[in-house]
Amino acid sequence: MPRWLAHVVVVAVFAALVAAACARVEYAWNWAGVWEYRQKFVQGWLTTVGISLAALVVSTLVGGVTALCLASRRPLVEACGRVYVELIRGTPLLVQLLIGFYVVASAVGLENRYVVGVLVLSMFSGAYMAEIFRGGLAAIPRTQRDSARAIGLTPWQTLRLVILPQALRLVLPPVAGQLVSLIKDSSLLSVIAISEFTLNAQEVNAFTYSTLESYLPLAVGYLVLTLPLSALARWLEGRVRFEA
Amino acid sequence: MKLVVADLVQRFDGATVLDGLSFATGDIQALVLVGPSGGGKTTLLRILAGLDVPTAGSVAFDGIPLPRDEVGLRAYRKTVGTVFQAYNLFPHLSALDNLLLPLVHVHGLSPAAARDRVRKPLERFQLAAHAHKRPAELSGGQKQRIAILRALVVHPRRLFLDEPTSALDPEMRGEVLAMIRELKDEGVEFVLVTHEMAFARRIADEVAFVGDGRVLAAGPAAEIFDRCDAPRVRDFLSRILI
Repeated sequence: MPRWLAHVVVVAVFAALVAAACARVEYAWNWAGVWEYRQKFVQGWLTTVGISLAALVVSTLVGGVTALCLASRRPLVEACGRVYVELIRGTPLLVQLLIGFYVVASAVGLENRYVVGVLVLSMFSGAYMAEIFRGGLAAIPRTQRDSARAIGLTPWQTLRLVILPQALRLVLPPVAGQLVSLIKDSSLLSVIAISEFTLNAQEVNAFTYSTLESYLPLAVGYLVLTLPLSALARWLEGRVRFEA
Repeated sequence: MKLVVADLVQRFDGATVLDGLSFATGDIQALVLVGPSGGGKTTLLRILAGLDVPTAGSVAFDGIPLPRDEVGLRAYRKTVGTVFQAYNLFPHLSALDNLLLPLVHVHGLSPAAARDRVRKPLERFQLAAHAHKRPAELSGGQKQRIAILRALVVHPRRLFLDEPTSALDPEMRGEVLAMIRELKDEGVEFVLVTHEMAFARRIADEVAFVGDGRVLAAGPAAEIFDRCDAPRVRDFLSRILI
Protein backbone atom coordinates (compact mmCIF):
# COMPACT_ATOMS: atom_id res chain seq x y z
CA MET A 1 0.00 0.00 0.00
CA PRO A 2 1.48 3.42 -0.85
CA ARG A 3 2.27 5.61 2.10
CA TRP A 4 -0.24 8.35 1.20
CA LEU A 5 -3.03 5.80 0.87
CA ALA A 6 -2.20 4.41 4.30
CA HIS A 7 -2.56 7.91 5.73
CA VAL A 8 -5.90 8.40 4.00
CA VAL A 9 -7.18 5.06 5.33
CA VAL A 10 -6.12 5.80 8.90
CA VAL A 11 -7.67 9.27 8.80
CA ALA A 12 -10.90 7.87 7.32
CA VAL A 13 -11.17 5.15 9.99
CA PHE A 14 -10.51 7.69 12.72
CA ALA A 15 -13.11 10.09 11.32
CA ALA A 16 -15.66 7.28 11.11
CA LEU A 17 -15.04 6.37 14.76
CA VAL A 18 -15.49 10.00 15.85
CA ALA A 19 -18.65 10.31 13.76
CA ALA A 20 -20.03 7.09 15.24
CA ALA A 21 -19.28 8.31 18.76
CA CYS A 22 -20.96 11.64 18.06
CA ALA A 23 -24.01 9.88 16.63
CA ARG A 24 -24.43 7.78 19.79
CA VAL A 25 -24.19 10.74 22.16
CA GLU A 26 -27.46 12.42 23.01
CA TYR A 27 -26.39 15.85 21.96
CA ALA A 28 -28.38 18.57 20.30
CA TRP A 29 -25.99 20.02 17.74
CA ASN A 30 -26.28 23.74 17.30
CA TRP A 31 -23.91 24.65 14.50
CA ALA A 32 -26.14 27.54 13.44
CA GLY A 33 -25.67 29.27 16.78
CA VAL A 34 -21.90 28.98 16.55
CA TRP A 35 -21.85 30.02 12.86
CA GLU A 36 -23.17 33.42 14.00
CA TYR A 37 -19.85 33.99 15.70
CA ARG A 38 -17.62 32.88 12.82
CA GLN A 39 -15.97 36.29 12.75
CA LYS A 40 -14.64 35.71 16.25
CA PHE A 41 -13.00 32.47 15.16
CA VAL A 42 -11.34 34.14 12.20
CA GLN A 43 -10.17 37.10 14.25
CA GLY A 44 -8.90 34.86 17.06
CA TRP A 45 -7.13 32.56 14.61
CA LEU A 46 -5.37 35.51 12.98
CA THR A 47 -4.30 36.80 16.39
CA THR A 48 -2.85 33.37 17.19
CA VAL A 49 -0.97 33.37 13.89
CA GLY A 50 0.41 36.85 14.60
CA ILE A 51 1.42 36.07 18.17
CA SER A 52 3.05 32.81 17.11
CA LEU A 53 5.04 34.50 14.35
CA ALA A 54 6.24 37.25 16.69
CA ALA A 55 7.13 34.69 19.37
CA LEU A 56 8.92 32.58 16.77
CA VAL A 57 11.25 35.47 15.89
CA VAL A 58 11.86 36.55 19.48
CA SER A 59 12.29 33.01 20.82
CA THR A 60 14.83 32.24 18.08
CA LEU A 61 16.86 35.25 19.17
CA VAL A 62 16.51 34.34 22.85
CA GLY A 63 17.42 30.72 22.08
CA GLY A 64 20.44 31.71 20.00
CA VAL A 65 21.88 34.02 22.64
CA THR A 66 21.16 31.50 25.39
CA ALA A 67 22.82 28.70 23.42
CA LEU A 68 25.99 30.80 23.17
CA CYS A 69 25.77 31.37 26.95
CA LEU A 70 25.42 27.63 27.54
CA ALA A 71 28.48 26.98 25.40
CA SER A 72 30.51 29.72 27.11
CA ARG A 73 33.71 28.91 28.97
CA ARG A 74 33.00 31.64 31.52
CA PRO A 75 31.29 29.94 34.49
CA LEU A 76 29.08 32.93 35.31
CA VAL A 77 27.77 33.23 31.75
CA GLU A 78 27.18 29.50 31.49
CA ALA A 79 25.38 29.55 34.85
CA CYS A 80 23.04 32.35 33.70
CA GLY A 81 22.03 30.32 30.66
CA ARG A 82 21.71 27.05 32.57
CA VAL A 83 19.59 28.51 35.43
CA TYR A 84 17.28 30.25 32.95
CA VAL A 85 16.80 27.10 30.86
CA GLU A 86 16.15 24.83 33.82
CA LEU A 87 13.79 27.27 35.56
CA ILE A 88 11.72 27.73 32.42
CA ARG A 89 11.67 24.09 31.39
CA GLY A 90 10.88 22.94 34.91
CA THR A 91 7.84 25.13 35.55
CA PRO A 92 4.40 25.34 33.88
CA LEU A 93 3.87 27.99 31.25
CA LEU A 94 0.65 28.90 33.08
CA VAL A 95 2.61 29.97 36.16
CA GLN A 96 5.15 31.85 34.03
CA LEU A 97 2.34 33.74 32.30
CA LEU A 98 0.65 34.74 35.56
CA ILE A 99 3.90 35.82 37.20
CA GLY A 100 5.10 37.49 34.01
CA PHE A 101 1.91 39.47 33.60
CA TYR A 102 0.82 40.26 37.17
CA VAL A 103 4.25 40.60 38.78
CA VAL A 104 7.05 41.33 36.31
CA ALA A 105 5.12 43.36 33.73
CA SER A 106 3.35 45.37 36.44
CA ALA A 107 6.63 46.03 38.20
CA VAL A 108 8.26 47.45 35.06
CA GLY A 109 5.09 49.25 33.96
CA LEU A 110 4.51 47.21 30.82
CA GLU A 111 0.81 47.40 30.17
CA ASN A 112 0.25 45.98 26.70
CA ARG A 113 -0.83 42.42 27.42
CA TYR A 114 -0.06 41.33 23.86
CA VAL A 115 3.55 42.41 24.22
CA VAL A 116 3.76 40.68 27.59
CA GLY A 117 2.18 37.56 26.10
CA VAL A 118 4.63 37.42 23.22
CA LEU A 119 7.57 38.02 25.57
CA VAL A 120 6.58 35.33 28.08
CA LEU A 121 5.84 32.85 25.31
CA SER A 122 9.21 33.66 23.72
CA MET A 123 11.07 33.23 26.99
CA PHE A 124 9.34 29.88 27.40
CA SER A 125 9.97 28.64 23.88
CA GLY A 126 13.45 30.21 23.84
CA ALA A 127 14.62 27.89 26.62
CA TYR A 128 13.76 24.88 24.47
CA MET A 129 15.26 26.51 21.38
CA ALA A 130 18.47 27.13 23.34
CA GLU A 131 18.86 23.43 24.07
CA ILE A 132 18.18 22.60 20.42
CA PHE A 133 20.79 25.13 19.23
CA ARG A 134 23.32 24.02 21.86
CA GLY A 135 22.88 20.44 20.70
CA GLY A 136 23.36 21.50 17.09
CA LEU A 137 26.58 23.35 17.88
CA ALA A 138 27.88 20.45 19.98
CA ALA A 139 27.17 18.01 17.15
CA ILE A 140 29.78 19.62 14.89
CA PRO A 141 32.97 17.63 15.42
CA ARG A 142 36.08 19.34 16.79
CA THR A 143 37.96 18.34 13.64
CA GLN A 144 35.87 20.85 11.70
CA ARG A 145 37.19 23.68 13.87
CA ASP A 146 40.70 22.30 13.46
CA SER A 147 40.34 22.22 9.68
CA ALA A 148 38.97 25.75 9.69
CA ARG A 149 41.88 27.01 11.81
CA ALA A 150 44.37 25.11 9.67
CA ILE A 151 43.33 26.95 6.52
CA GLY A 152 43.58 30.27 8.34
CA LEU A 153 39.95 31.20 8.99
CA THR A 154 39.28 33.65 11.83
CA PRO A 155 36.98 32.50 14.68
CA TRP A 156 34.14 34.58 13.22
CA GLN A 157 34.66 33.12 9.72
CA THR A 158 34.77 29.65 11.24
CA LEU A 159 31.39 30.23 12.88
CA ARG A 160 29.87 31.81 9.76
CA LEU A 161 31.29 29.58 7.02
CA VAL A 162 31.79 26.24 8.74
CA ILE A 163 29.91 25.77 12.02
CA LEU A 164 26.60 27.59 11.47
CA PRO A 165 25.80 26.23 7.99
CA GLN A 166 26.18 22.70 9.35
CA ALA A 167 24.51 23.33 12.69
CA LEU A 168 21.52 25.12 11.10
CA ARG A 169 20.74 22.14 8.91
CA LEU A 170 20.87 19.91 11.95
CA VAL A 171 18.55 22.06 14.06
CA LEU A 172 15.93 23.01 11.45
CA PRO A 173 13.79 19.88 11.94
CA PRO A 174 13.63 20.13 15.76
CA VAL A 175 13.08 23.90 15.48
CA ALA A 176 10.08 23.29 13.22
CA GLY A 177 8.82 20.82 15.81
CA GLN A 178 9.31 23.38 18.55
CA LEU A 179 7.30 25.87 16.52
CA VAL A 180 4.40 23.42 16.44
CA SER A 181 4.52 23.34 20.25
CA LEU A 182 4.76 27.10 20.39
CA ILE A 183 1.58 27.55 18.37
CA LYS A 184 -0.35 25.23 20.66
CA ASP A 185 1.20 26.73 23.78
CA SER A 186 -0.06 30.15 22.69
CA SER A 187 -3.54 28.92 23.63
CA LEU A 188 -2.58 29.46 27.28
CA LEU A 189 -2.35 33.21 26.65
CA SER A 190 -6.14 33.19 27.13
CA VAL A 191 -5.50 33.22 30.91
CA ILE A 192 -4.19 36.76 30.69
CA ALA A 193 -7.17 37.72 28.53
CA ILE A 194 -5.38 37.91 25.21
CA SER A 195 -8.04 37.61 22.55
CA GLU A 196 -6.43 34.75 20.66
CA PHE A 197 -8.01 31.69 19.08
CA THR A 198 -8.71 29.69 22.26
CA LEU A 199 -10.15 32.62 24.21
CA ASN A 200 -12.54 33.36 21.35
CA ALA A 201 -13.68 29.75 21.27
CA GLN A 202 -14.25 29.90 25.03
CA GLU A 203 -16.33 33.04 24.60
CA VAL A 204 -18.42 31.51 21.80
CA ASN A 205 -19.03 28.56 24.09
CA ALA A 206 -20.13 30.91 26.85
CA PHE A 207 -22.53 32.73 24.51
CA THR A 208 -24.04 29.65 22.84
CA TYR A 209 -23.65 26.84 25.40
CA SER A 210 -22.52 24.75 22.41
CA THR A 211 -19.28 23.29 23.73
CA LEU A 212 -18.41 20.81 21.01
CA GLU A 213 -19.34 23.17 18.20
CA SER A 214 -17.06 25.79 19.75
CA TYR A 215 -14.05 23.60 20.42
CA LEU A 216 -14.05 21.33 17.36
CA PRO A 217 -13.34 24.29 15.03
CA LEU A 218 -10.59 25.22 17.50
CA ALA A 219 -8.90 21.86 17.00
CA VAL A 220 -9.23 22.16 13.23
CA GLY A 221 -7.86 25.71 13.29
CA TYR A 222 -4.71 24.59 15.13
CA LEU A 223 -4.28 21.59 12.85
CA VAL A 224 -4.36 23.88 9.82
CA LEU A 225 -1.30 25.60 11.28
CA THR A 226 0.56 22.67 12.78
CA LEU A 227 0.15 19.95 10.13
CA PRO A 228 2.02 21.83 7.39
CA LEU A 229 4.75 22.61 9.91
CA SER A 230 5.08 18.96 10.88
CA ALA A 231 5.25 18.04 7.21
CA LEU A 232 7.94 20.69 6.72
CA ALA A 233 9.91 19.31 9.69
CA ARG A 234 9.82 15.78 8.24
CA TRP A 235 10.81 17.00 4.79
CA LEU A 236 13.74 18.94 6.26
CA GLU A 237 14.83 15.88 8.21
CA GLY A 238 15.09 13.94 4.98
CA ARG A 239 17.11 16.68 3.34
CA VAL A 240 19.76 17.41 5.95
CA ARG A 241 21.45 14.03 5.98
CA PHE A 242 25.06 14.38 5.01
CA GLU A 243 27.84 12.49 6.67
CA ALA A 244 31.45 13.54 6.88
CA MET B 1 63.63 23.85 5.15
CA LYS B 2 65.86 23.80 8.15
CA LEU B 3 64.01 22.92 11.32
CA VAL B 4 65.31 23.49 14.82
CA VAL B 5 63.24 22.34 17.79
CA ALA B 6 64.54 23.07 21.27
CA ASP B 7 63.34 21.80 24.66
CA LEU B 8 59.73 21.50 23.54
CA VAL B 9 57.31 20.75 26.38
CA GLN B 10 53.59 20.23 25.95
CA ARG B 11 51.29 19.51 28.88
CA PHE B 12 47.54 18.97 28.74
CA ASP B 13 45.68 18.98 32.08
CA GLY B 14 48.78 17.86 33.93
CA ALA B 15 49.71 15.10 31.46
CA THR B 16 53.09 15.67 29.85
CA VAL B 17 52.91 14.72 26.17
CA LEU B 18 56.15 16.31 25.01
CA ASP B 19 58.94 16.22 27.57
CA GLY B 20 61.81 18.43 26.51
CA LEU B 21 61.87 17.37 22.87
CA SER B 22 64.83 18.62 20.83
CA PHE B 23 66.23 17.92 17.40
CA ALA B 24 67.44 19.72 14.31
CA THR B 25 67.44 18.84 10.62
CA GLY B 26 69.74 19.71 7.80
CA ASP B 27 68.40 21.75 4.88
CA ILE B 28 65.90 19.16 3.64
CA GLN B 29 62.69 18.85 1.68
CA ALA B 30 60.88 15.99 3.42
CA LEU B 31 60.89 15.21 7.14
CA VAL B 32 59.05 12.12 8.35
CA LEU B 33 58.04 11.61 11.98
CA VAL B 34 57.71 7.99 13.04
CA GLY B 35 57.27 6.24 16.35
CA PRO B 36 54.80 4.45 18.58
CA SER B 37 51.22 5.68 19.00
CA GLY B 38 50.87 8.08 21.90
CA GLY B 39 54.53 8.98 21.67
CA GLY B 40 53.86 12.61 20.75
CA LYS B 41 54.14 12.66 16.93
CA THR B 42 50.77 14.30 16.34
CA THR B 43 51.28 16.74 19.21
CA LEU B 44 54.61 17.77 17.71
CA LEU B 45 53.11 18.14 14.25
CA ARG B 46 50.26 20.31 15.57
CA ILE B 47 52.81 22.65 17.12
CA LEU B 48 54.85 22.74 13.90
CA ALA B 49 51.66 23.52 11.95
CA GLY B 50 50.81 26.42 14.26
CA LEU B 51 47.64 24.80 15.60
CA ASP B 52 48.79 24.46 19.21
CA VAL B 53 51.11 26.55 21.34
CA PRO B 54 53.68 24.57 23.34
CA THR B 55 53.85 24.93 27.10
CA ALA B 56 57.56 25.69 26.75
CA GLY B 57 60.37 25.49 24.23
CA SER B 58 60.88 26.86 20.76
CA VAL B 59 60.51 25.94 17.10
CA ALA B 60 62.18 27.69 14.19
CA PHE B 61 61.90 27.04 10.45
CA ASP B 62 64.82 28.44 8.47
CA GLY B 63 65.83 30.49 11.47
CA ILE B 64 62.43 32.13 11.94
CA PRO B 65 60.81 31.24 15.26
CA LEU B 66 57.09 30.36 15.30
CA PRO B 67 54.90 33.03 16.89
CA ARG B 68 53.15 32.20 20.15
CA ASP B 69 50.15 34.57 19.93
CA GLU B 70 46.98 33.54 18.11
CA VAL B 71 47.08 36.42 15.61
CA GLY B 72 50.67 35.65 14.66
CA LEU B 73 49.89 31.95 14.48
CA ARG B 74 46.91 32.55 12.18
CA ALA B 75 49.12 34.54 9.85
CA TYR B 76 51.63 31.67 9.97
CA ARG B 77 48.94 29.05 9.27
CA LYS B 78 47.96 30.96 6.13
CA THR B 79 51.44 30.30 4.76
CA VAL B 80 51.39 26.54 5.36
CA GLY B 81 49.00 23.68 4.64
CA THR B 82 47.80 21.00 7.05
CA VAL B 83 46.13 17.68 6.29
CA PHE B 84 44.63 15.59 9.08
CA GLN B 85 44.09 11.89 9.44
CA ALA B 86 40.43 12.03 8.47
CA TYR B 87 37.37 14.23 8.16
CA ASN B 88 39.28 17.24 6.89
CA LEU B 89 36.69 18.40 4.44
CA PHE B 90 33.66 20.53 5.18
CA PRO B 91 30.73 18.15 4.59
CA HIS B 92 28.24 20.88 3.65
CA LEU B 93 30.36 22.05 0.72
CA SER B 94 31.18 20.34 -2.58
CA ALA B 95 34.75 19.24 -3.19
CA LEU B 96 35.21 22.30 -5.40
CA ASP B 97 33.84 24.70 -2.78
CA ASN B 98 36.12 23.10 -0.22
CA LEU B 99 39.04 24.12 -2.44
CA LEU B 100 37.67 27.60 -3.11
CA LEU B 101 36.88 28.49 0.50
CA PRO B 102 40.44 29.24 1.69
CA LEU B 103 41.34 30.90 -1.62
CA VAL B 104 38.39 33.27 -1.52
CA HIS B 105 37.92 33.88 2.21
CA VAL B 106 41.49 33.69 3.48
CA HIS B 107 43.66 34.63 0.51
CA GLY B 108 41.37 37.18 -1.08
CA LEU B 109 41.09 35.74 -4.58
CA SER B 110 37.98 36.49 -6.60
CA PRO B 111 35.78 33.40 -7.11
CA ALA B 112 36.69 33.40 -10.81
CA ALA B 113 40.42 33.57 -10.12
CA ALA B 114 40.07 30.86 -7.48
CA ARG B 115 38.26 28.56 -9.93
CA ASP B 116 40.99 29.21 -12.42
CA ARG B 117 43.65 28.24 -9.94
CA VAL B 118 42.08 24.91 -8.93
CA ARG B 119 41.16 23.71 -12.42
CA LYS B 120 44.54 22.28 -13.39
CA PRO B 121 45.33 20.59 -10.07
CA LEU B 122 41.89 18.93 -10.11
CA GLU B 123 42.53 17.57 -13.58
CA ARG B 124 46.03 16.51 -12.80
CA PHE B 125 44.96 14.30 -9.91
CA GLN B 126 41.88 12.93 -11.77
CA LEU B 127 39.51 14.74 -9.43
CA ALA B 128 37.81 17.11 -11.88
CA ALA B 129 34.93 14.68 -12.47
CA HIS B 130 34.25 14.60 -8.73
CA ALA B 131 34.57 18.32 -8.07
CA HIS B 132 30.86 18.90 -7.69
CA LYS B 133 30.26 16.04 -5.28
CA ARG B 134 29.81 16.46 -1.57
CA PRO B 135 32.44 14.73 0.60
CA ALA B 136 29.86 12.07 1.56
CA GLU B 137 29.75 11.02 -2.11
CA LEU B 138 33.52 10.65 -2.42
CA SER B 139 35.65 7.63 -1.56
CA GLY B 140 38.07 7.91 1.34
CA GLY B 141 41.00 8.25 -1.02
CA GLN B 142 39.29 10.93 -3.07
CA LYS B 143 38.40 12.85 0.10
CA GLN B 144 41.96 12.75 1.32
CA ARG B 145 43.35 13.81 -2.06
CA ILE B 146 40.92 16.75 -2.15
CA ALA B 147 42.08 17.62 1.37
CA ILE B 148 45.69 17.60 0.23
CA LEU B 149 44.75 19.74 -2.78
CA ARG B 150 42.95 22.20 -0.52
CA ALA B 151 46.14 22.61 1.43
CA LEU B 152 48.19 22.90 -1.77
CA VAL B 153 46.22 25.33 -3.91
CA VAL B 154 47.01 28.24 -1.60
CA HIS B 155 50.68 27.71 -2.58
CA PRO B 156 51.94 27.02 0.94
CA ARG B 157 55.58 27.16 1.95
CA ARG B 158 55.24 23.60 3.24
CA LEU B 159 52.70 20.93 4.08
CA PHE B 160 52.04 19.15 7.36
CA LEU B 161 50.47 15.75 6.92
CA ASP B 162 49.20 13.89 10.00
CA GLU B 163 48.83 10.19 9.20
CA PRO B 164 47.04 10.98 5.94
CA THR B 165 46.53 7.30 5.11
CA SER B 166 45.71 5.78 8.51
CA ALA B 167 41.94 5.95 8.05
CA LEU B 168 42.00 4.46 4.55
CA ASP B 169 41.69 1.02 2.94
CA PRO B 170 44.94 -0.38 1.51
CA GLU B 171 43.76 0.34 -2.03
CA MET B 172 43.04 3.99 -1.29
CA ARG B 173 46.24 4.33 0.70
CA GLY B 174 48.08 3.66 -2.54
CA GLU B 175 46.50 6.57 -4.39
CA VAL B 176 47.21 9.02 -1.57
CA LEU B 177 50.80 7.85 -1.18
CA ALA B 178 51.30 8.16 -4.94
CA MET B 179 50.10 11.75 -4.73
CA ILE B 180 52.53 12.55 -1.92
CA ARG B 181 55.35 10.98 -3.90
CA GLU B 182 54.51 13.17 -6.88
CA LEU B 183 54.58 16.26 -4.70
CA LYS B 184 57.98 15.24 -3.41
CA ASP B 185 59.28 14.91 -6.96
CA GLU B 186 57.94 18.36 -7.65
CA GLY B 187 59.85 19.93 -4.81
CA VAL B 188 57.05 20.52 -2.30
CA GLU B 189 58.38 20.68 1.25
CA PHE B 190 56.55 18.69 3.89
CA VAL B 191 56.55 17.16 7.34
CA LEU B 192 54.76 13.82 7.40
CA VAL B 193 53.60 11.69 10.31
CA THR B 194 53.08 8.11 9.18
CA HIS B 195 53.07 4.46 10.15
CA GLU B 196 53.94 3.42 6.59
CA MET B 197 57.54 2.54 7.25
CA ALA B 198 58.43 1.40 3.75
CA PHE B 199 57.01 4.62 2.35
CA ALA B 200 58.74 6.71 5.01
CA ARG B 201 62.04 5.16 4.16
CA ARG B 202 61.64 5.89 0.47
CA ILE B 203 60.36 9.43 0.70
CA ALA B 204 62.10 10.91 3.74
CA ASP B 205 65.21 13.02 3.52
CA GLU B 206 65.41 12.80 7.27
CA VAL B 207 63.48 10.84 9.87
CA ALA B 208 62.78 11.76 13.47
CA PHE B 209 61.79 8.94 15.78
CA VAL B 210 59.40 10.33 18.39
CA GLY B 211 58.66 8.29 21.52
CA ASP B 212 57.90 9.00 25.17
CA GLY B 213 57.59 12.69 24.37
CA ARG B 214 61.12 13.01 23.02
CA VAL B 215 63.01 12.55 19.80
CA LEU B 216 64.90 9.33 20.45
CA ALA B 217 66.75 9.39 17.15
CA ALA B 218 66.95 11.72 14.17
CA GLY B 219 68.84 11.78 10.93
CA PRO B 220 68.88 10.53 7.34
CA ALA B 221 66.34 7.74 6.70
CA ALA B 222 68.91 5.02 6.04
CA GLU B 223 70.73 5.81 9.26
CA ILE B 224 67.61 5.55 11.39
CA PHE B 225 66.17 2.47 9.74
CA ASP B 226 69.39 0.49 9.27
CA ARG B 227 72.02 1.67 11.66
CA CYS B 228 70.27 3.17 14.67
CA ASP B 229 71.42 1.56 17.89
CA ALA B 230 69.03 3.24 20.34
CA PRO B 231 67.32 0.21 21.95
CA ARG B 232 63.84 1.78 22.01
CA VAL B 233 64.06 2.55 18.27
CA ARG B 234 65.46 -0.85 17.33
CA ASP B 235 62.79 -2.56 19.35
CA PHE B 236 59.99 -0.61 17.66
CA LEU B 237 61.39 -1.01 14.16
CA SER B 238 62.05 -4.73 14.57
CA ARG B 239 58.43 -5.26 15.57
CA ILE B 240 57.10 -3.16 12.70
CA LEU B 241 59.37 -4.16 9.85
CA ILE B 242 59.03 -7.93 10.22
